[in-house]
Amino acid sequence: MTTVSIIGGSGYGGGELLRLLLSHPAVEVKQVTSRAHLGEYVYQVHPNLRKRTQLKFSDPVALEPVDVLFLAQPHGQAQHHIDGYAKLAEKIIDLSADFRLKDAADYQRWYGEPHAAPEWLNKFVYGLPELHRAVIASANYVSGVGCNATASNLALLPLVKADLIDLASPIIIEVKVGSSEGGAEGNAGSHHPERASVIRTFSAFGHRHTAEVIQEMGVSNVSLTMTSVDLVRGVLATAHATVKPGVTTKDLWKAYRAAAKENPFVRIVKERRGIYRVPEPKILAGSNYADLGFDLDESNGHVVSMCAIDNLMKGAAGSAVQCMNLMLGLDETTGLEFMGLHPI
Amino acid sequence: MKTVSCTECAAEITPAENTEVGEIIVCPDCGVDLEVVSLEPAAVELAPMEQEDWGE
Repeated sequence: MTTVSIIGGSGYGGGELLRLLLSHPAVEVKQVTSRAHLGEYVYQVHPNLRKRTQLKFSDPVALEPVDVLFLAQPHGQAQHHIDGYAKLAEKIIDLSADFRLKDAADYQRWYGEPHAAPEWLNKFVYGLPELHRAVIASANYVSGVGCNATASNLALLPLVKADLIDLASPIIIEVKVGSSEGGAEGNAGSHHPERASVIRTFSAFGHRHTAEVIQEMGVSNVSLTMTSVDLVRGVLATAHATVKPGVTTKDLWKAYRAAAKENPFVRIVKERRGIYRVPEPKILAGSNYADLGFDLDESNGHVVSMCAIDNLMKGAAGSAVQCMNLMLGLDETTGLEFMGLHPI
Repeated sequence: MKTVSCTECAAEITPAENTEVGEIIVCPDCGVDLEVVSLEPAAVELAPMEQEDWGE
């Protein structure tokens, strides 16, 4: 069995990792750290794990060497300790934003402070298998992915890969997000009377995840608008772009079909019957699927591409476990077979 | 009956052996209704689908 430990396991990302790893047939979870919950059973923080594990949160300084180390700390912490972590495990997967961007100047621009370990940035592979499957399979260090960035990148992936859109025209991505994106720590905006029932645009442009879309899609004229909606889990990215002259709906079908064929967790949702005709995050809760849909106004070339995911799964822990599978030479779907719930 | 191409999304569809002219088949990719208009050569056309009003 491959041994794994999680640093910073009391947050939502850490809890989701635990849920996946405790059921994973090829790994054994050795330690889960949390200073704030030191000594507590992990199910006292993640109640869905009751009767599945007797693990207690341990002190980060008591970490023992393992095969794979997951970092699930708040952004900005891993970069200060990465040298020490690398001595504990040959393979590291960091869910935070610390090692997603390749350029230290980009990190400073988007995160407002200099990176503490810029020499590590190019050692990490961006952890979205749909973009970097082969490189991840031979990597020792893999970054996490931004949940909003993942929904946006996957919405654009078929269009960009097939070279169907005019990159000189603006790409506008409207992203609707659930409350669990905000993490396990509360704030005034997440207080229930203030957060419940909202449709609240909290970032018109300039959200940090934009940097990951620019980097990974190779686009520059792109803007993300972030809107909180009344969901706990889920992201829906709706991308608006302009196709190149002559591109038809059949061309889009070909591109999306190719993306779905190449990637086990990418599905096309474009139905003429039933209720679920377009991607919706609601039915993806707990699953690692990314549902893609699209439509094209052939009269003016306006294409709308949609991607729905569970932010804690495809947008965080699910992709991280998918990366681990690739790094260990396992089938990338191992432990990620849950297909979601309906109705929910 | 040989493979036909969906008129909507260009998916390759292989209808059942006993498919008849006039039969409606559903594209497994895009979900449109396709009417079989010929067997030799195999051909389909987009069939009218009921438009649902979602009241929105």
